[in-house]
Amino acid sequence: MKALVALASGTLFGMGLLLGGMTDPGKVIGFLDLAGRWDPSLAFVMGGALCVTFPTFQLLRLRGRPLLGERFYLPTRKDLDAPLIGGAVLFGIGWGIAGLCPGPAIANLVFGSPEVLGFVGAMIAGMWLRDRVAARNPPGASDAPVAAT
Amino acid sequence: MDIVVDLASWTRAGIGGAMIGIAAALLFSLNGRIAGVSGVLGTLVLDRPAGEAPWRVLFLAGLLLGALLMSLLRPDLAAASLQTGWPGMIAAGLIVGFGTRMGSGCTSGHGVCGMARLSRRSITATMTFMAAGFATVFVMRHVIGAGS
Repeated sequence: MKALVALASGTLFGMGLLLGGMTDPGKVIGFLDLAGRWDPSLAFVMGGALCVTFPTFQLLRLRGRPLLGERFYLPTRKDLDAPLIGGAVLFGIGWGIAGLCPGPAIANLVFGSPEVLGFVGAMIAGMWLRDRVAARNPPGASDAPVAAT
Repeated sequence: MDIVVDLASWTRAGIGGAMIGIAAALLFSLNGRIAGVSGVLGTLVLDRPAGEAPWRVLFLAGLLLGALLMSLLRPDLAAASLQTGWPGMIAAGLIVGFGTRMGSGCTSGHGVCGMARLSRRSITATMTFMAAGFATVFVMRHVIGAGS
């Protein structure tokens, strides 16, 4: 049943990405290009998604556990650390260059563009590389100050 | 600023967004999992926790299936106009992979799920990658002039 939920969720997600325009890098760059002819469409994608997730996630918090599982799998960190910010900056740069973020890139694979396949392959390599770098430089004194909650 | 007013596009975006929201709400409310694509993928290929591969593979396969289904309903929306050539695509892929792994998430995990939980980390990350995205496109289009 949980497997079916995962497939259904992914499928609905993929349909929404395409309908919303997120799978078209031209549309994404049009949204990110504030100084050009700005196409605000994609703000409505995130807005539309949050209209659903915000109330649902807040209500679920009260319930304490998912309907089919034992617990919610949530990140436990609360602090704003340097990797969070630095990683988000890097991600934004890559997003701005290609107009693709991970979800739309993967959904796009179904259309068989070799360049998108290259992007996804490089993305996995980038994730792997991040782990190698992090293993060499374990978090420690060199990190930026951590904001306590 | 010159704004493109296209109500049909905005409506599609809102409905598509709501579908993404429902997808994320389903996965979270039933399975207790965050529909963050970079996290689902990164954990699948790199961390490989026991017994978690099936749902992760199915979720990711669903993304392809969903895009395919919607492209059959709306063939006109299936066009993906690439904005950069091979070097740019490979470089961007590497940076996106590295950055999402380092920053613990992407548009879906931080933007759609984390912000809905009012997570301080996710709100900060979303503001940061949006700002970096705007800045990058500004530099590429209006400073360097590439891609225009």
